[in-house]
Amino acid sequence: MNDAMGMPQTAVVVGGTSDLARAILRVLVARRLRRVVLVGRDEIGLAAAAEELRALGAVAVDTVMHDVTDVVGAAAAVRDASTRLGQVDLVLVAAGMIGDQAKDEAVPEAVARVFSTNCTGPASVLASFAAALRQQGHGRIIVLSSVAGVRVRRANYIYGASKAGLDAYAQGMAEALRGSGVSLTIVRPGWVATRMTEGRTPAPLATTPDAVAADVVSGMERGASVVWSPGSLRLVFAVLRLMPQALWRRLPG
Amino acid sequence: MSDSGPGSHRYPTTRRTLTGWGRTAPSACDVAHVRSGEDVDLILASAAESGRSVVARGLARSYGDAAQCAGGIVIDTTGLDAVLDFDADTGLVRVGAGTSLDALMRGFVPRGWFVPVTPGTRHVTVGGAIAADIHGKNHHRDGSFCSYVTRLSLATPSGRREVSPERDPELFWATAGGMGMTGTVVEATFRMLPVETAVMTVDTERAENLDDCMDRMARRDADYRYSVAWVDCLARGTKMGRSVLTRADHARLDDLPTARRSEALCFAPQMRARVPVTPPSGLLNPVTVAAFNELWFRKAPRRRTGELQTMSTFFHPLDGVGAWNLLYGPRGMVQYQFAVPFGAEDAVREVLGRLSQARMASFLAVMKRFGDGDAGPLSFPVQGWTLALDLPVGPSGLGPLLDALDGIVAGAGGRVYLAKDSCLRPEVLEIMYPRLPEWRATRDRVDPGATFASDLSRRLGLAPRRPEKTRQDELDEMNETR
Repeated sequence: MNDAMGMPQTAVVVGGTSDLARAILRVLVARRLRRVVLVGRDEIGLAAAAEELRALGAVAVDTVMHDVTDVVGAAAAVRDASTRLGQVDLVLVAAGMIGDQAKDEAVPEAVARVFSTNCTGPASVLASFAAALRQQGHGRIIVLSSVAGVRVRRANYIYGASKAGLDAYAQGMAEALRGSGVSLTIVRPGWVATRMTEGRTPAPLATTPDAVAADVVSGMERGASVVWSPGSLRLVFAVLRLMPQALWRRLPG
Repeated sequence: MSDSGPGSHRYPTTRRTLTGWGRTAPSACDVAHVRSGEDVDLILASAAESGRSVVARGLARSYGDAAQCAGGIVIDTTGLDAVLDFDADTGLVRVGAGTSLDALMRGFVPRGWFVPVTPGTRHVTVGGAIAADIHGKNHHRDGSFCSYVTRLSLATPSGRREVSPERDPELFWATAGGMGMTGTVVEATFRMLPVETAVMTVDTERAENLDDCMDRMARRDADYRYSVAWVDCLARGTKMGRSVLTRADHARLDDLPTARRSEALCFAPQMRARVPVTPPSGLLNPVTVAAFNELWFRKAPRRRTGELQTMSTFFHPLDGVGAWNLLYGPRGMVQYQFAVPFGAEDAVREVLGRLSQARMASFLAVMKRFGDGDAGPLSFPVQGWTLALDLPVGPSGLGPLLDALDGIVAGAGGRVYLAKDSCLRPEVLEIMYPRLPEWRATRDRVDPGATFASDLSRRLGLAPRRPEKTRQDELDEMNETR
């Protein structure tokens, strides 16, 4: 059960090898988190993430093999993860890929793959989890979105648009969950130094997984519906959203 | 309405999102408004059969998650509010578990009877008073509520049981402070306290710091039936723990001026104000609270004796303001109440020191001396000191601070009060309540299928874990058996 500070005792993570997810879990294990199910497609990566959590004091960490793009298998994976935990206090949806904009943009399959990993796959998993948590009567869902989806740019519009879709879907789901005992938090990190962004030039206000994790956990304590990380991005994007397209186009980064 | 499909013998319920008085950690439950003990029996029997979880809820003054059960059934007992029997010779009253102490006072004070124990609010039910084994300002002398209970009618998944300190004492005392996990109290018989007036004679004095306050309490508490200190948690240095100490007795008829004697037993407290809207979280911050505490301390007389106060002014000052919990904003608050044995005064000092250091804005904290505890394995009061403080949720660092306080309290052989708790760790619970195994054995005897569960019991691992069966599971099972 989540305590008064919104700290969970159990969690399911979709995209269990994500650097951001692992950083968030490290903080939560230091608080109340004891039992975790990591869902993903990379068996070795999942095992390493599980081992890290056990070493930090998690009592039971299970792994469930599931590819987030496998929409047909989503319901079964959710049921499997939920059954292992009994009460699911937290669902963290962290699966995602950045793709390669320049290479992908003329390849239909590549574009579809980014969308299914970042948007339609997570959305279908979320549909199953939302139903399960609604029935359970409590719990929190955290969806990792991105500022890239807040206003899409030429340089990464496939990734940005897929996150924009997920973000909008999560906003709608948060409204639908009102009064169900379940809450949903959207996280919009800026440029984060992870395996996913390795070799890329950092954008302004670049941050680290640990800093994002700290912002996410403090957002959980406040019961925030949206967490920007770093927090200053909220204001920055309030301005950037309104910027004329001609100017937006010329911004560096 | 849900839960009432065709052919269902289930009791009608309404899905609602519930929290405790602290307004944290909401969960959605199927609430059943029962009208009789038989309704409770029916719900428990059907829940035991279908594998759903159940907990009772009275007036929801527990601060945390004790009276809610996510995805399960919550029995709202407030409809069981009949006064069934009263014996004016012995003072024994038999009531439905949903009867509030407020109703009892309004009905019985004019006849010269007061409740044996009252907490800081009248708005609690008798069932809740037993489940939390509540204490009041007279604990140092009179003990807690369950010491006055002579009989319980307890609904369990294995049927109704009549228990008393003589008949099945194990179950009786497991129920005292058992947080509703050993049965749902349907009726209770307990002893009222005879009083001559509805007035209190109150002595007030100021203490300059914690040591001064503890010293004054230790020396003179025995002279009064009621004693409590309001402690300023923000004062630092030599003023740390400065307090206003109020002690009182029920006024006798000849303590009153002649003009008031004809209305000596008049008891008609009124709500003077109601918090109309929820202000933003952060209204109660270190600055506003420090200002309030300063005012509170200054307005108290250095020493005043024999002041006549109404019962509600002395016992229930906050009941004059409706829904005062809203003042803490949408994020709500936690109440942290702990008790440590005598000799562990340093632990109280350390807790206060940590709080004032962290500049966590606690409104007036309440300190008191506990007398002997009773036989309940989970009953909170143990002989020693208790301190209760309200803290707004929100500031980052509150969670780790409370964890540190739990460590200090557990290390000093103390415990926190489960009726107030909303963030204890299960592993610390085992240290704080060493008689848990004994309590669990009794519980397993009456509820082997673990039908009783609350968000609190799940969070703390009080009762054996069991996944909540969903309605879909039930439907699947029904289809399979066809």
